[in-house]
Amino acid sequence: MKSFHRMTISEIKLFVREPMSMFFTLAFPLLLLFVFGAIFGNEPTPLFGGMGTVDVSVPAYIGMTIATLGLLGLPIGLATYREQGILRRLRATPVRPVVIFGALLAVNLVAALAGTLLLLVAGRLVFDLTMPAMPLSLLPAIFLCVLSFSAFSFVLAGLVSTPRVAQALGMALLMPMLFLSGAAMPRETMPENIQRIGDFLPLTYVVELLQGLWFGQGWNLAAVAVLLGMLVVGTLLATRTFRWE
Amino acid sequence: MTNVITVRNLRKCYGSTVAVDDISFDVAQGEIFAILGPNGAGKTTAVETIVGLRRPDRGDISVLGIDPQQDAQALRQHIGVQLQQAAVPQRLKVWEILDLFASFYPATVPRDRLIEQWGLVEKRNAYFGKLSGGQQQRLFIALALINDPQIVFFDELTTGLDPQARRATWELVQGVRAQAKTVVLVTHAMDEAELLADRVAIIDHGRIVALDTPQALIRRIQPDSQVRFTTSNGFDPALLQQVEGVSAVERIGAQVTVRGAGPLLSRVAQALAEHQMEPADLRQERATLEDVFLAATGRGLRD
Repeated sequence: MKSFHRMTISEIKLFVREPMSMFFTLAFPLLLLFVFGAIFGNEPTPLFGGMGTVDVSVPAYIGMTIATLGLLGLPIGLATYREQGILRRLRATPVRPVVIFGALLAVNLVAALAGTLLLLVAGRLVFDLTMPAMPLSLLPAIFLCVLSFSAFSFVLAGLVSTPRVAQALGMALLMPMLFLSGAAMPRETMPENIQRIGDFLPLTYVVELLQGLWFGQGWNLAAVAVLLGMLVVGTLLATRTFRWE
Repeated sequence: MTNVITVRNLRKCYGSTVAVDDISFDVAQGEIFAILGPNGAGKTTAVETIVGLRRPDRGDISVLGIDPQQDAQALRQHIGVQLQQAAVPQRLKVWEILDLFASFYPATVPRDRLIEQWGLVEKRNAYFGKLSGGQQQRLFIALALINDPQIVFFDELTTGLDPQARRATWELVQGVRAQAKTVVLVTHAMDEAELLADRVAIIDHGRIVALDTPQALIRRIQPDSQVRFTTSNGFDPALLQQVEGVSAVERIGAQVTVRGAGPLLSRVAQALAEHQMEPADLRQERATLEDVFLAATGRGLRD
């Protein structure tokens, strides 16, 4: 427990000291919120079932934060740890692997919650954001989303050879996903056939799950099932692809 | 003396390459045991297998009575390791890294004592990535010692360091031994092994080709002592034949070589003084571990 605590604190410090991760996971969604909020405001719109643009965007941007952490932050971090021999050094100590990986997950969770809080406060203060209808359900939902995407991070990290490849692959996966899943812009604004592509992207289910809880529509069980499936498959794959060196 | 490490018939292959080929040796408590050999000889593989980072294909290993394959976790509580190609995160500070590693062990040496001992007081708040090579190496040594281990493994401790930092590191290793710890030193630097080690295992192509104290290894290939000096006048070296212990005297140009046994240097010096000879470059020459390696393998260590 002592080692998990120390490891998590170290990882949080490393996260905060890395300007790239801070910008892409925390500052970028906030930036989008201000830009689109300034353009479209938060007036109730029939297109969004009576919700405003900011209302729809905030849970979607939380999904963006989770996806960025899972597809970019953690795979690059793991690949760097492997390339530089940090994993190798840790393996020569009695620390258990579950502590190392648990700490990395914990940091992603903390970062996702920090991103949520930033968006919530900024949305509320600047754009009169509708507060989440089911805030206590939102927490376990975010936890599930982070866990599912993190399992995928370990698979990615096992597949790539270097941090640079991790970055390229992560970007290639993240960018289209952000736009097709409704995380960066609402799917309702896209043509029907483009919207259908999103049905095949895991991030779509993150966005739907979080929006459903935010607007009080309850747990989207289809989304939960998809994310749980991703978690199980990702974990199984990760145990096969993971490499210490 | 009790053995803290026992290795019997250890073999480790990577595919069709045999990295370690049937090696056996013991390390006694409190000694500095060097594993010396050229790059690619299998030294690192051997040590990584002994500390439980790799699985041997064959052979028995016991470290502090523990089989590293059975209980690596328990073993790592009692050993310290400095590995090649290992690192800690660039953006953690020295004290943070020490605190992090301390949390992995039930009992540890106080962090600030290590910082002081290893000359890192001024770098306490510096990021690992900002440290010089020597400072990073000192931090790695401190990390290897943080759990007050009974055995410390150092793999290529001074590779890449400038001569001054190397010498400083050697002193530090002697300091570790002074704490009654056993040190296993993996190196390709024969001066390092000769200076530090109580015993040396010379490894080539995955096999131990020689194992003894550095002095015994050298004596084996060069039982005689050699004394050399140059002389410009018509000195007759035959005069030295009469000196006790001298077996041969040879003169090539101005260079005189005297071979023999016993305290050769002082006896030759005395004999020369009696003939009013005081050569400025009178010196005893001895073989080095490099010569031992050459004799054992038929080629130089740097090949």
